[in-house]
Amino acid sequence: MTFLRDYAGPPVKIMEVCGTHTASIFKNGIRSLISPQIKLISGPGCPVCVTPAAYIDAAVDVAQQEQVVLLTFGDMVKVPGTKGSLGEAKAAGAAIKVIYSPLQALELAARKPETLFVVAAVGFETTVPVYALLLAKCIEAGLTNVKLLTALKTVMPALAWICRSEPDIDGFLCPGHVSVITGATAYRPLAANYGKPFVIAGFGAEHILAAVYEIVKLIRADQPLLRNLYTNVVREEGNPVAQELIARYFTPAAAHWRGIGEIGASGLVLKDEFRHYDVPYAPGNCLATDAPGCACGQVITGRIDPAECPLFGQVCTPSRPQGPCMVSAEGACGIWFRNR
Amino acid sequence: MCVAIPGKIVAVAGAIGKVDFNGNLVDVNLNMVKAGVGDYVLVHAGVALQVLAKDEAEEMLDLFRQLEEVVNN
Ligand code: SF4
Repeated sequence: MTFLRDYAGPPVKIMEVCGTHTASIFKNGIRSLISPQIKLISGPGCPVCVTPAAYIDAAVDVAQQEQVVLLTFGDMVKVPGTKGSLGEAKAAGAAIKVIYSPLQALELAARKPETLFVVAAVGFETTVPVYALLLAKCIEAGLTNVKLLTALKTVMPALAWICRSEPDIDGFLCPGHVSVITGATAYRPLAANYGKPFVIAGFGAEHILAAVYEIVKLIRADQPLLRNLYTNVVREEGNPVAQELIARYFTPAAAHWRGIGEIGASGLVLKDEFRHYDVPYAPGNCLATDAPGCACGQVITGRIDPAECPLFGQVCTPSRPQGPCMVSAEGACGIWFRNR
Repeated sequence: MCVAIPGKIVAVAGAIGKVDFNGNLVDVNLNMVKAGVGDYVLVHAGVALQVLAKDEAEEMLDLFRQLEEVVNN
């Protein structure tokens, strides 16, 4: 503890990849407990924050079709697209239903065979196996009226991209629930290839402080290693059933990250043999479709703090979000705003 | 949206478990874990992703209750 408070070595920059860590860092006032020489920055840790406006537009278009119901998680509803949000489309009469589990599509589709249920399939490794399970169950039940509009992303290639393009980030606090699926071992190549420490930790204040301590120590000792401080929850090999489900239905492809652009092999799309479950859409130029002035791209790569965005708190608030980082409960801008 | 919440399985029928989250009973798919009645599981989007030890589950529940205040107000 005193080590972190009194640290006077060279400045270190640590990225917490996951929005739940960001929330806990604020709740527990962790920034005030550690030396200003240790800078904690928020990463792209929320699938909602990195979903491009073009995807929202595609979802709105789908929901406006006859005999189609769009199923979405609640946190997507307020994200602005170029033609408004899903919430606005719903208010104007589009068929949009908020779900808590994609598996709800099974019952809905069985009950209304003449309606097509399109699942807005957004998520990281944590959520992808759930979509894979949905497909397995649709195939088993012979359901043909469920499809996926996918914007699925994987965190590892994005972390590799950040390591390459933001070399002054010295170490990473890994996303907890993504790691439950991928396993701790998935970070080893990143640590080795980019020469930076990666630490997996729980969400409590003492977990985060222990992780920050560990990361600073590893940086100072020049040991670019993976350390798992959350072994009760994150296993070395992850969840093999979930990994197998992902590999059965999905294959890596380039993906568009809002505010960042395209990152090769950082997404997952349906394999060719399952393409009939896919609702295709044009990804568009994801940088050109962002709200003017929104600096989400710089926020999620740690180049600026949310409060440095000129729109923050003035034009952009949780009730009138300009960018997805303000919408999501785990978005950096939203967390900063609620804890001003 | 990657948050997963711990709960306790109180009944199982096939691949579906009734999971108790702070008194709310919710149907949860158990295909991805080996778990039975009395086990604590980490649940995301209606699916159990991992079996948890009881004290780990309780610590997490406590924490998420606190974090909810941060993200929801
Ligand atoms: S404050 Fe709003 S406009 Fe600025 S980066 Fe965050 S979400 Fe985008």
